[in-house]
Amino acid sequence: MNRPVLALFCLLVGTSAGGAGTIKPADVQFSDGAVAASLTGAAGNVQEGRKVFISRKLGNCLACHANEDMAKQQFHGEVGPSLDGVADRWDEAQLRGILINSKETFEGTIMPAFYVDGGFPRTKEKFKGKTILSAQQLEDVLAYLVTLKEQ
Amino acid sequence: MKKRAVFFRALLVSGFAVGMAGADENAQLVIEGETLVTKAAAPAHLQDNLDEIYSGWVFRSNETQALQLDDFDNPAFVFIDAAMDQYQQVEGSADKSCQSCHEDVEEFKGLRTQMPRIVDGKVQTMEDQINKCRTEQMGAEAWKYTGSDMTAMSALIGFQSRGMAMNIKIDGEAKPFWEKGKEIYYTRHGQLDMACSNCHEDNYGNNIRADHLSQGQLNGFPTYRLKNAKLNAVHSRLFGCIRDVRAEPYKVGSDELKALELYVSSRANGLSVETPSVRN
Repeated sequence: MNRPVLALFCLLVGTSAGGAGTIKPADVQFSDGAVAASLTGAAGNVQEGRKVFISRKLGNCLACHANEDMAKQQFHGEVGPSLDGVADRWDEAQLRGILINSKETFEGTIMPAFYVDGGFPRTKEKFKGKTILSAQQLEDVLAYLVTLKEQ
Repeated sequence: MKKRAVFFRALLVSGFAVGMAGADENAQLVIEGETLVTKAAAPAHLQDNLDEIYSGWVFRSNETQALQLDDFDNPAFVFIDAAMDQYQQVEGSADKSCQSCHEDVEEFKGLRTQMPRIVDGKVQTMEDQINKCRTEQMGAEAWKYTGSDMTAMSALIGFQSRGMAMNIKIDGEAKPFWEKGKEIYYTRHGQLDMACSNCHEDNYGNNIRADHLSQGQLNGFPTYRLKNAKLNAVHSRLFGCIRDVRAEPYKVGSDELKALELYVSSRANGLSVETPSVRN
């Protein structure tokens, strides 16, 4: 890489990333509940997303949503809608927005916001100022969700 | 009405699709020939939000339900028996036991239906009343609020009212405390941003992973949980829920949890006291 190109590259990463290449929770831009830009600037990893989806410590998405693609996992929840074919019903930007803060799409929903880092009363000290998922984990779950198509 | 339809559909789903030993919605809680009220019309103060109230017993599996049908099968009675021994135990500077003042424990029949109540301008829980007796009448040390001695004694006294309808007073002096508890109940807390109502009013009957959500009624407390094989106090349960939504829980025995207990208890007005109940 010659020097001017390298400089331009650094500048682009520096501005679009807001630090370590990720969009901070406060800087997320919603449009009708949808978020077009990847939080990491890149596509997520489907296999990692599957793990985050299942993990009770991370996404724990199965707590509330049934998912036929994970039939081998025990105990699918019924609080939210089934996610079978979810990618037929919502596009990628809409799904990203729902994961980041579902209240931008569904007013008053029980679903937690997975990429909001404050504003919740009495948050436990160890979770203060933190998001439930990292930008990478959120993009990974999103990459997995867009594979859930029935049509 | 819509709620009820959702509830029964959910019971069906949990029973067959999820493959759990689902609760039978028509099952009756009959203990020693006495039928307890596990479903009732919602008390007037709740009628905008719920048509009917259900004991947590209704939501448990057939196996868990069965443990409460016979006092010989109910593991809580080991603790009740121990509390009966404690009841007769002389302690403290006044050389008294509970029995010195209250000869027959049956004289507490009816007390559990009214607890918590307001005494001297403050919320008084069963635990407060027990510690008041210990410190003021017996000259004994106060027990830890959710300690095993305390919870067992609370269960022994509560048990005397089993089968009687919960009848928490919410007006008069109780009103401001009840309002405070109600506010906490409907306020979203913690990183998961959830209120008590999100699960126990909007989603009872639904499964959250392996857990079948109930209405969070307190009429069976102290309750024996299979999960930890001991009696559990109301404040331990409230604390656990608030912690699980990643919020800083109010302290056990705090004014906030007492107000919340008063409010949540009043949502069970009309259900039978089940103390000591069995849950998972």
